[in-house]
Amino acid sequence: MSADIATDALPDGVPLASTDVPPLVVDHVTQTYRIRGRGHRKMIAVDDVSFTIAPGAAVGLVGASGSGKTTLARMITGSEQPTSGSITFGDIAVQKLHASGLRRYHQRVQMIFQDPYGALNPLHTVEYTIARPCRNFLGMSAQQAHDRVYELLEIVGLTPPEQFATKLPHQLSGGQRQRVVIARALACEPDVLIADEPVSMLDVSLRAGVLRLLAKLRAERGLSLLYITHDLLSARVVTDDIIVLNKGRIVEQGATKKVLQHPQDAYTVQLLDAIPTPHRAPSATATSKATAPSRVSAASKATPA
Amino acid sequence: MPILSAQGVNVVYEPNRGQRIWSVRDVDLSFEAGEFVGLVGESGCGKSTLGFALTRMLRPPARLESGVITFDGVDISRLDGEALREQRRNGIALVLQSGMNALNPVRTIEHHFGDILKAHAHAGEHHDRTTIRRRGAELLASVELDENVLGRYPHELSGGMRQRIAIALALALEPRVIIFDEPTTALDVIVQAAIMKTIKGLQRVRGFTAILISHDLGVVLEATDRVLVMYAGRIVEDVPASDLLGGPHHPYTEALLSCYADPRADEVKLGGIPGSPPDLSLDEPGCSFTPRCPLAEDVCRHIEPPLAPLGRGRVACHVRAPTAAAEKEASGVS
Repeated sequence: MSADIATDALPDGVPLASTDVPPLVVDHVTQTYRIRGRGHRKMIAVDDVSFTIAPGAAVGLVGASGSGKTTLARMITGSEQPTSGSITFGDIAVQKLHASGLRRYHQRVQMIFQDPYGALNPLHTVEYTIARPCRNFLGMSAQQAHDRVYELLEIVGLTPPEQFATKLPHQLSGGQRQRVVIARALACEPDVLIADEPVSMLDVSLRAGVLRLLAKLRAERGLSLLYITHDLLSARVVTDDIIVLNKGRIVEQGATKKVLQHPQDAYTVQLLDAIPTPHRAPSATATSKATAPSRVSAASKATPA
Repeated sequence: MPILSAQGVNVVYEPNRGQRIWSVRDVDLSFEAGEFVGLVGESGCGKSTLGFALTRMLRPPARLESGVITFDGVDISRLDGEALREQRRNGIALVLQSGMNALNPVRTIEHHFGDILKAHAHAGEHHDRTTIRRRGAELLASVELDENVLGRYPHELSGGMRQRIAIALALALEPRVIIFDEPTTALDVIVQAAIMKTIKGLQRVRGFTAILISHDLGVVLEATDRVLVMYAGRIVEDVPASDLLGGPHHPYTEALLSCYADPRADEVKLGGIPGSPPDLSLDEPGCSFTPRCPLAEDVCRHIEPPLAPLGRGRVACHVRAPTAAAEKEASGVS
């Protein structure tokens, strides 16, 4: 792995996190939805899933759309109650939390969303957006929050901070917005980040920067990370361990590099084969000049030239 | 003779009085019949705007400032109203980015086919329910969908199915050129691979000219014969797809390639492109990639490089494909 995104190179047991941060434990979690209007059919979105995110670990949760990734994330953040099973963070049982307990929990477990265009209020400046959690969760004064916002903007690479603090979301590019979303998630000093497809809406050229930032935050602050994606390349870059979900079930899990190099499950192979990789590109010749006369005449009712 | 060509095409957006954003600049291109061409670049580089310009779909505040667009030997850049509509039959079709937004949520899929067939019917041609259903079923079969989809509403279908329907609708008028604008961007990798396979198959069998617009060089390279790279409104490289993995190329193309790696490799190293694309409302001299370019020289800041031959393609770069004129001027400048 490259030196600048080297997560493999972290010393065992990242120092910062080891003291009082408990693991996040997902234990036999199932979520079923009733489908309305057509009898009493049920849809099993997540089926008996268990895993643990150790302090300072980065776990990837991969699968195609509809595999239950986001449903799991919603249950972990307490936005949804599992039908059965439990999610615990130390002595906190997430599914039992209400209002104030959930607030305290969210101070430690923060979420980064897929769509940086939808996750920011278009009427609020960057400074306001990032200062809110500082004031609400950490009880900072206006001046303290102001200083903290500048510090966070530096951390996520939006420099010089005074230039970005006063901007509104529409004045920023997608990559910059996603950095604001990350800065906001970091504002209340969380122990765990749940990142739901944080780069899938970004241009390929901007993805590396955001991924590098996530790896850096992990190395420097000992954050644990649950990285949800269908993009196996980015999962390889930011995670140590990977869980492959298909139709709500775990079909494969293990060390990321090992799983990707030696996939055991057919679905993992399918995901790997679906990745568009320029360095593989065998088909450039396959579609060459499709107008060979023989092919055209065979071409049913179409009317090429 | 090329089926579609553009000469000196410039598109400006004029959102407010006095504000001019140069979205597409001095584009000269031609497409041969049956070619499958990819158009890649970052968000905001003007690739979709160029697609809209080629199909004559630009709407204010965008405007075709200058240039000629020729389809099958006919200048279509000044066509209007009925003449333009006539041209669209067997002409150029556009498949829009997201199938979900392209379909009318309160109409069935059958209705969508009916709309297109009726709007472009020849004089005296009549489309009743039976002929629409038959034609709709045929088109759906060509994108691997069952004919019972005709009776469904868009919200009953998955994103991948809706994108397939958008493609079937584009095929309805038997176009000779189809422009696919990010046809798989909102879809997951498995669905994306399946749809790209369908598109490639259709192109091979029907022989239309395809232009695939995407920010994802991986998708483009797996499907196309030829790749156009766009940066800040200009075409900076035009290269056969099979040559793209060998070098050298425009530094921007090389930077784009560095954003990919095989997740199965022993060492995964991801590049990226530092900095951000230039502000298109400023009309600055020189090559617009200069501030992000690792190879930039003094001449790059002053003179806009023309598309010059390099290998089997063309590249707009003073360093990679030096031209005599620029070198002469550069020695005068420095």
